[in-house]
Amino acid sequence: MPVQYISAFTVVLEVLSRFWPVWIALLIVMGASFAYKKKLALYGQLFDSGVGIVGVGICLFWLFTAIFAATISPFDPLAQVPIMKDVLPGAIEPQSGLTYLFGGDKLARDVFSRMVYGSQIVLIIAPAATGFALMVGITLGLPAGYYGGKIDTVLSFLANLVLAFPVILLFYLLVTPGIMDTPIPYAMAGVFFLFPIIFFSVLFWTRYKNRPDRLYILLGITLIVGGWIYAGLVFDADPLKIVHIDPNQLNIFVAVVFASSPGVFRIVRGLVMDIKTRDYVAAAQTRGESPWYIMLWEILPNARGPLIVDACLRIGYTTILLGTLGYFGLGLAPESPDWGTAIKDASRLLRSFIHPALPPTIALMSFVLGLNLLADSLREQSMKD
Amino acid sequence: MLSFVIRRLGTMALTMLCLTMIVFFLINLEPNLKKLAISQTEMHTSAEQLESWLVNHGYRQNFFVRYAQWLGVVPKQPVTDPATGKPAQRFSFCNDPVVPTFAGVLEGDFGCSTKFKASVASKLFPALGATGTLMLCVLAVMVPISLLIGILAGMREGSRTDRVLSVASIASTATPEYVSGVIFTVIFASWLGWLNGSAASASQGITFYNFTLPVMTLAIYGIGYIARMTRASMVEVMTQQYIRTARLKGLSFGSVVVKHALRNALIAPFTVIMLQFPWLLTGVVIVEVMFRYQGFGYTLVEAAGNNDIDLLLGCSLVSVFIVLITQLISDVGYAFLNPRIRVQ
Repeated sequence: MPVQYISAFTVVLEVLSRFWPVWIALLIVMGASFAYKKKLALYGQLFDSGVGIVGVGICLFWLFTAIFAATISPFDPLAQVPIMKDVLPGAIEPQSGLTYLFGGDKLARDVFSRMVYGSQIVLIIAPAATGFALMVGITLGLPAGYYGGKIDTVLSFLANLVLAFPVILLFYLLVTPGIMDTPIPYAMAGVFFLFPIIFFSVLFWTRYKNRPDRLYILLGITLIVGGWIYAGLVFDADPLKIVHIDPNQLNIFVAVVFASSPGVFRIVRGLVMDIKTRDYVAAAQTRGESPWYIMLWEILPNARGPLIVDACLRIGYTTILLGTLGYFGLGLAPESPDWGTAIKDASRLLRSFIHPALPPTIALMSFVLGLNLLADSLREQSMKD
Repeated sequence: MLSFVIRRLGTMALTMLCLTMIVFFLINLEPNLKKLAISQTEMHTSAEQLESWLVNHGYRQNFFVRYAQWLGVVPKQPVTDPATGKPAQRFSFCNDPVVPTFAGVLEGDFGCSTKFKASVASKLFPALGATGTLMLCVLAVMVPISLLIGILAGMREGSRTDRVLSVASIASTATPEYVSGVIFTVIFASWLGWLNGSAASASQGITFYNFTLPVMTLAIYGIGYIARMTRASMVEVMTQQYIRTARLKGLSFGSVVVKHALRNALIAPFTVIMLQFPWLLTGVVIVEVMFRYQGFGYTLVEAAGNNDIDLLLGCSLVSVFIVLITQLISDVGYAFLNPRIRVQ
């Protein structure tokens, strides 16, 4: 039985209509942002320039796609329908009557659904890994920049050590199936995931040292929530079974954090060295504030502009890294729908079929482009002040 | 200046020592050794045979002894042939010595590739040569284009040219090699049929037909980045007092840009181009795998995929060396180009 096709125009229409929850959510969020942009500080200023609007739009688009993936995608990203092997875009799956909008890949899976589900993987791992890298980089970069001297020499040497590794070599060494048999990834996870807990504990401690009523509550929340997530992620021992991460995803996560935290460290260190010469820091020192209070409550808030911009760029860069990992088949499961793996699978067969290659490439490119545009317009806005 | 360079070289040596030790440690993890033993012995070998293969080939010696042997500060011992009890070559395919000798990296011996059954040097250096050709082509394309884009964009900040070129360069930094490679192959090889989607034949002879796609793919990611840096530097220079003075003196805009602004605006991009090498290295790996070009990146992937210890160590040594030496060149060159930052 030959597979029936729908026309190219209908494909476009149907793709647009499948994204209906995204359009509605986008409309609500963008509309609200426009209406209240005066009150939204830096975020509101983004809506003053075309570049900013496009950047926010693209990022939100993928965010909502990831959230509503189950509604948008017509098929299960892993389901194989043998008759649909390598079909061109617009082929109708005979049993359900639904369409393979972007065609089928060599394992007869729906390319469209895989692209939509792939956004989930990227949008969970990339921002989370960037967040952890920021925590690690900030917690180490602050003292290195503030104290200077020996501590700076040692930490900078370590950071340069990691930065001197070509990323790809690092991944080939750190993200292999074999390494999961050794305690290395877990040890690294154990170290990295401690940093957020340390960061927030010190943050609250320095601020509310003299106000025990606040301090104990905040510290308690930090330690309980932090410890809970820590137990779940590192030891996979979450008592409630909510926080859970696959061993190979943990491996990727750790490797990505490891690769990008030295970059954050360098930026934070540079910013701190610049900011610590300001008058308000001298004033705080004269008041007798503790060094960590000055670092966390005087210097860090004033370094936020460049850090936010860097975080945006870094999420994009992490997305590219994840794609690289997928492209080399490192870490992620071979049937995983993430964009890098999809590009790898499709690029081997470019000579015969090009349609499975284009959706994931364009998805990845547009998401990174959105983040870069966002970062660019954030930079421009923060320079105006 | 000289003492600065010497100090930097010292740090570099220390960094390389640390890095190679880390790489050595990670490659020699138990699961990796197991995998190597399995791939090097025949099918269906028992655990004892695997173990004895590892012992026989010297993989069970103390970690630091083996690292020192690889480095060349401790003599390499020949293995004992289990059948005869006499000393024998460790790997027959690359002339390993039968008497204890210093044969490490410091002596110029990179060891033995178990995957290619040849000495590492005979695999690594031709591959490096091939990648060098690729890199040269990429730089020859990337540097002029990106500088031109950056200068044109930064010349008049906020103009329409600036906006268009800036968005274009942002778009190019958002396109990693595996994305642009696929898109270019689809457009130029599948649809138009102008170029070859594989550079495998480029090892025999480079032609426009088989080499353009890899060069284009590699260049596009760097172009955006260098162009953005050039633009930022150009914008900064164009707001300086001496530019205004030159304009007020009545010089034409073109001559101000070429004679006064360019020289100062190009200092920062020089550093950026130098620091671009580590990024290019990752790109090289992707592009060489994607277009099947037998260069350094291809060798690295083969070595890593097959757990070829000595070859992978050689590859990492080379790549780390490239990263560090470009950092050094960029620092020294920056000091030379910018008289205000001459090192004391």
